[in-house]
Amino acid sequence: MAELFIFFEQIYKILFLLIPVLVSVAMIVWLDRRVWAFVQKRRGPNVVGPFGLFQTLADALKYIFKEIIIPASSNKVIFVLAPIVTMTLALIAWAVIPFSETFVLADINVGILYLFAVSSLGVYGIIMGGWASNSKYPFLGAIRSAAQMVSYEVSIGVIIINVLLCVGSLNLSDIVLAQKDLWFVIPLFPMFIIFFISALAETNRPPFDLPEAEAELVAGYQTEYSGMMYAMFWLGEYANILLMCAMGSILFLGGWLSPIDLFPFNVIPAPMWLILKILFLFILFALIKAIVPRYRYDQLMKLGWKIFLPFSLIYVVLTASFLMYFDLLPGN
Amino acid sequence: MIAHAIVFYIFSLIAIVSAIMVTVSKNTVNSVFFLILDFISISCLFIMIGAEFLGMIMLIVYVGAVAVLFLFVVMMLNVAQQKNEWFNSSGRSSHIPVGLLVSIIIFFELIIVIGGWKYKPDLLDSIAIEINTDLTNTQSLGSVIYTDYIHLFQLSGMVLLVAMIGAIVLTFRQRSGVKRQSYFKQISRDRKDGIELVDVENNKGVKIDA
Repeated sequence: MAELFIFFEQIYKILFLLIPVLVSVAMIVWLDRRVWAFVQKRRGPNVVGPFGLFQTLADALKYIFKEIIIPASSNKVIFVLAPIVTMTLALIAWAVIPFSETFVLADINVGILYLFAVSSLGVYGIIMGGWASNSKYPFLGAIRSAAQMVSYEVSIGVIIINVLLCVGSLNLSDIVLAQKDLWFVIPLFPMFIIFFISALAETNRPPFDLPEAEAELVAGYQTEYSGMMYAMFWLGEYANILLMCAMGSILFLGGWLSPIDLFPFNVIPAPMWLILKILFLFILFALIKAIVPRYRYDQLMKLGWKIFLPFSLIYVVLTASFLMYFDLLPGN
Repeated sequence: MIAHAIVFYIFSLIAIVSAIMVTVSKNTVNSVFFLILDFISISCLFIMIGAEFLGMIMLIVYVGAVAVLFLFVVMMLNVAQQKNEWFNSSGRSSHIPVGLLVSIIIFFELIIVIGGWKYKPDLLDSIAIEINTDLTNTQSLGSVIYTDYIHLFQLSGMVLLVAMIGAIVLTFRQRSGVKRQSYFKQISRDRKDGIELVDVENNKGVKIDA
């Protein structure tokens, strides 16, 4: 009986996390379009609901009622699995995100590795979708995206090592608590910039949205998808973007901590701070989309392998030497 | 404890079945997907015995990187067609004896490994170094690898480096006549070698790239 109670309590907790995440994904799509419109001096979605807030819900409703078309020559099982994989992977990663010292679903020892693993699995949804469609544009998009995501994961991994050197633990709560005095964005500022750009590439956001470059590849790996399956790709993509923003704010911007421990700041509850930081990073993501033109593919690869990777490796050596010399290494 | 056992058997069943499916399935891409499923269930087994670091590294390295490249190659090369050609061709294939030799060697290696297998009660007696159970296994792994076994660790790094250099040497080729963007060249151009003013005579034209 007691076990059953624990089981339902866990399900309640999971729903308490998942439903806000899904709702905020819908809101974030609206925000993205509004920021984009703002930069281009347009109005953006402003008709459905107050300020057009319900635009995404209306879009989702439209997708639900559209017919799902599965191409006759596709590999049907994998074709249907692909959007499910994307969506699931984007959502399960939220299990380890700490919203405050106590408010975390799974406070595991290797939290940051879990996040990294799940975000690196995200490429499968795209490859599966692209290959199973059995059509050339999706396939080209999938191949591009596989190469791109694997390349930028490497530099994200090295950046994470930089942060871990300063923390001495793989636990996400420990990473946040280690920033109590100084957010890592200050000593590791170059790493924060590289993390941000790599996150853009990892989530296939402009200016690195080559897997779905509409001028060359129609819509990349999503070309053959329609209706709710397309919407799942789309939601998964935005959930991934939010996740990357959350990862950035936990690694560099002090997670749930307030910037200064003074009166007007410390009354705001801890989860609110994390949400504000995620929003801040997301608005940067949206601004970049509006103001930067798309990269060429060889430039993208050059940036990842020849600039970011060596630079972040050198920075690992620098950080380690600095910590060693001034005897600041954590854990002793 | 019963729940633990049930979950263990579920994951091991998935691991074994997908391992069989890797070799059995006709479509090569499906084989790779089953391989990925196998990796994932094995990393779940690692996590279940408390080796969460190994499990996560397994996911990141094998599933997140190696299998992606694997899938990439299999999709690009149309391996299925080649495989059919090998097995259906009337002449004797030269690949089968070599493959047989390699698999026999691996089979005997596996027998040697399993012959020295220790089960859990004996295992704890045969461990040479002390295990500190207070530390997380990431910390204890690090403190062992980077102190007692540093030379072996460095050596395995060297092996990987050799493999990397080998791969680069094998695939590196320089083609002539390819136009590449050089940032240095672009930035260091000035007006003198960028623009030239020429007095053109009537009906003569200008020679470019002389």
